[in-house]
Amino acid sequence: MNKVIYMDNNATTKVDEEVFEEMKPYFTGLYGNPSSMHTFGGQVGKKIDEARERVARLIGAKYSTEIIFTSCGTESDSTAVFSALQAYPDRKEIITTRAEHPAIMSLVPHLEKQGIAVIQLKVDKYGNLDLNEYGRYLNEDTALVTVMTANNETGVIFPVEKMAQMAKEKGVLFHTDAVQAAGKVPINMNDSAVDMLSISGHKLHAPKGVGALYLRRGSRFRPFLKGGHQERNRRAGTENVTSIIGLGKAAEIAQAHIDEENTVVKEMRDRLEEEILKRVPRTILNGDKKNRLPNTTNISFEFIEGEGILLLLNELGIAASSGSACTSGSLEPSHVLRAMGVPFTAAHGSIRFSLSRYNTMEEADYVIENLPPVIERLRSISPYWKDGRPTLEFEPQFN
Amino acid sequence: MWDYTDKVKEYFLHPKNVGVIENADAVGDVGSITCGDALKLMLKVEDGTEKIIDAKFQTFGCGSAIASSSALTEMIIGKTVKEAEKITNQDIADYLGGLPKEKMHCSVMGREALEAAIANYRGIDLEQLKEDEGPLVCQCFGIHEKFIEKVVMENSLKTVEEVTNYTKAGGGCQSCHPAIEDIIEKVWKEKGQYLHVREETPRHKPAMTNLQKITLITETIDKEIRPNLVQDGGDIELIDIVGNEVFIALRGQCASCTSAAYTTTSIEDKLREMVAPDIVVHLESD
Repeated sequence: MNKVIYMDNNATTKVDEEVFEEMKPYFTGLYGNPSSMHTFGGQVGKKIDEARERVARLIGAKYSTEIIFTSCGTESDSTAVFSALQAYPDRKEIITTRAEHPAIMSLVPHLEKQGIAVIQLKVDKYGNLDLNEYGRYLNEDTALVTVMTANNETGVIFPVEKMAQMAKEKGVLFHTDAVQAAGKVPINMNDSAVDMLSISGHKLHAPKGVGALYLRRGSRFRPFLKGGHQERNRRAGTENVTSIIGLGKAAEIAQAHIDEENTVVKEMRDRLEEEILKRVPRTILNGDKKNRLPNTTNISFEFIEGEGILLLLNELGIAASSGSACTSGSLEPSHVLRAMGVPFTAAHGSIRFSLSRYNTMEEADYVIENLPPVIERLRSISPYWKDGRPTLEFEPQFN
Repeated sequence: MWDYTDKVKEYFLHPKNVGVIENADAVGDVGSITCGDALKLMLKVEDGTEKIIDAKFQTFGCGSAIASSSALTEMIIGKTVKEAEKITNQDIADYLGGLPKEKMHCSVMGREALEAAIANYRGIDLEQLKEDEGPLVCQCFGIHEKFIEKVVMENSLKTVEEVTNYTKAGGGCQSCHPAIEDIIEKVWKEKGQYLHVREETPRHKPAMTNLQKITLITETIDKEIRPNLVQDGGDIELIDIVGNEVFIALRGQCASCTSAAYTTTSIEDKLREMVAPDIVVHLESD
């Protein structure tokens, strides 16, 4: 397998060449500690400030000091949640959704053990929230609302701005995980009611192992990592200098290309999606067709299992991902699809293609040509499929 | 990505004996679309000799489910029904050069389909078989007690995680984990071994004299704590005991270890478990 057609950009992305070039001098040459008193370290500190400004510009933050660099999106999420709980010790409720990333979802049992009531808002079959339900739960006991900006599996975009406004009216802190959204859709924190926002480097062509948390000036905050005075005492630990510089450059490039995401990338995604839905029978588009990220499509192929599809696509040099149980190592399919009520006949056979500006229309066409035979082949093996359509003849007594 | 053997990959990419046998002499249907895998096994059996002269399958499932089904058909063709009956799920996994542990349930599904097909061949009423399944243990995946017992017995399983890997039972809401623990303990008891699968509750000792307490703390440090530290090139020194406060120092590698705080916590946990729940450990630094 020489060339990979990489359509798994919601999992991670290629580090942009320019980003890598920007990072290079800071490994073996300019390796000083940004906290040092000497110029050799101090110049690195200046470069970090530049990165901070670049990230601030990407998300429209008014002050660059509102950006705290972290090690990843997960750290940013955890920081936001635990900071809110410590800053408001009398408030014992958190509102989130059933479709969050594991970075938030996995905290739920842990928080419940600590006596925090976690309200997980329902989503409808298109993955959208009911704001009336949300409004009913918001109250003076709410320590934090944490709702993702865009879903990693379906790309569905939540109305975080409206939700943050509603939280603000009740004096409740609002956090959003914008890991998938940043760089793909415009974000403007200067004109927003959101208090905290998480981003991750490796989802926008910066390296893995770096993230950031936007923290609105004046918001209550308690650090997650304690130690040195880095990041203005808000995140201890010597800075991951090269990656932070990479994230800064990637933010700058993402900002310059944001229109491309909504034109070029969207066009490729739309063509891929339309052709697959047209050419393959018994397929279901998961998520809200209109209200979602321009790069993501999540399609269920009924009566077959996702892992088999991925393995055959892998043989063709195509990298995608699946919400099936077998690919995750757990035994149940994606919690996002289940929350949306996608039937099991479809959830097990869901495939996500997530594109980037590095994909080409030729690649989309290659997938369009090669995917239908893969689906047909697996269906020909499936006992739930007969003569080009589903069959009800197969009903095992044992399961 | 799963670490599949080349043989698993080969049997998935180029499965043998896919398809349907019209007028099959035996059919075994197992699994469900909800659970994510299902298998239809069809056999052609020679009259008189009871030899399996053909076997075909259809599978809904992941790569290793398809590979396991295909392997099974190859293994049974040419065997008599009696011989085929002896094939275990481990035999299927071995035939494929092994399966990732989380995928062992694929081999179990193969074995189940074979059993169902043989029962069908012998004219045994499936409804009757179902009645013998025992109570439903795992609601999420619809797994019954007798089946779990059998798989635990045949594969010498000792933990809930293993049971989940082999049968899927317990892989959903996890509320049946205590019931699975009971089954494991029961099966091993029948084998003459007493297993305690469930985590023991901390052994809180009744009130002790100071001397007893000091002895127990010293013993716990010597037998339970020091050996672990020595393994990592460290050591522990007991400096003093005042009431429930234990003063220690870490030596060797542990002294400079950045996770000294973590080590102290785990020492405290151990002493709380073995001695008294209100022990407090203080780390003395030189």
